[in-house]
Amino acid sequence: MIPAEFEYHKATSIQDAINQLGAHEDSKLLAGGHSLLPMMKLRFAEPPTLIDINGIEELRGIRLEGDTICIGAMTTENELIESEILQQHCPLLVEAARLVADPQVRNRGTIGGDVVHGDPGNDHPAVMLALDATLVLQGPGGERQQPANGFFLGTYWNDLQEHEILVELRVPVIRQGVGHGYSKLKRKTGDYAVAGSPVVVELDGDVCRDIRIALTNVAPMAIRAEAAENVLRGKVIDDALIEQAAAEVIAACDPAEDLRGDIQYKSHMAAEMARRSIRAALQQARG
Amino acid sequence: MAKQHVSFNLNGKHVDALVEPRELLVHTIRETLSLTGTHIGCESSHCGACTVDLDGKSVKSCTVLAVQADGAELKTVEGLADADGLHAVQQAFIEEHGLQCGFCTPGMLIRAYRFLQENPNPTEEEIRWGMSGNLCRCTGYQNIVKAVQTAAQTLQQA
Repeated sequence: MIPAEFEYHKATSIQDAINQLGAHEDSKLLAGGHSLLPMMKLRFAEPPTLIDINGIEELRGIRLEGDTICIGAMTTENELIESEILQQHCPLLVEAARLVADPQVRNRGTIGGDVVHGDPGNDHPAVMLALDATLVLQGPGGERQQPANGFFLGTYWNDLQEHEILVELRVPVIRQGVGHGYSKLKRKTGDYAVAGSPVVVELDGDVCRDIRIALTNVAPMAIRAEAAENVLRGKVIDDALIEQAAAEVIAACDPAEDLRGDIQYKSHMAAEMARRSIRAALQQARG
Repeated sequence: MAKQHVSFNLNGKHVDALVEPRELLVHTIRETLSLTGTHIGCESSHCGACTVDLDGKSVKSCTVLAVQADGAELKTVEGLADADGLHAVQQAFIEEHGLQCGFCTPGMLIRAYRFLQENPNPTEEEIRWGMSGNLCRCTGYQNIVKAVQTAAQTLQQA
């Protein structure tokens, strides 16, 4: 399988990439390529021009700025896993990256590509929702910051504007009283999730001050299960409340039926992933 | 579409090639450069039969464009053995019978070669994790894992 013909350009800087997006109609950015190239082989995508952003050093790397971790959009999954900053300050991202695809794919696949690609099976959009991340986007009109919450609008549909590039993801460091949980059900290594659920909980003593429950691959795009969060926020979370929240997770699901399961099965698996992640997050938050 | 010139280092030798932008690295290696050790299996970045070493990292060459390898250091299974004979990883696959039909073997070998540099003294679980991007449809994983363990010991002693 070989993609249809296209022109190939290598961008040398963020500004160069933005200029090239403007200069070549319907062009696509080539990040890790492990979603785009398979789609092009199958002729699901036939962009006339690819702009390769792999050589842009300013899009790579992870740095700590006060209480914020700044992650370059072209940072690979394996670089996330190996990052001491993330291991120490944002264990959710490391755990999630470990469950993406396989070692070879993680050497190419990037966090930014995963966030903007738009397949509901991509894992990082839900992780960004749970972490309340901020996306830094750069386009012809300059730079803007956009909360992850509200960015994901549908399958292959997000708030990225014309000729705009995701350059950085900003996530808060984990603090005392905050816990991360991550659960993902998949049929085999390398598969997309049947259902996945990253959860971040903030405790004030025993009381849940805030909680974010996000879901992967059980709706047209990554979503927050807000009704489930509302069940738990402001309460001392116990098993009965987790069951109530799980019922709200099921109600929030709108998955596509496919070989990974039917609607009922996927919704129930999403609830189970959320239960496990809530419990793991609580345990971590309690120290 | 006009062809583009690429040059890279392949198994220690400088190589020049003219490639179309849409040409996948695995095709350049097999068809233009006639190194057919690297196999094409699923063509969809699942099976790992096309694994090569690109700038010190394992990648699936069915999902990398040849133009992206311009300037890179590449190693394929043909680059493992040297004048002294087979690489420890290859010898271990023979000793432990780490292959049945052999189709996945080049990918397994070049991945194991890199994995044992990333983790020279792995546990069995770490081997299964590190080799999880390579599928063996004969399901001969038990002996593949043993072969990687044996190769790890040989390389540690060397």
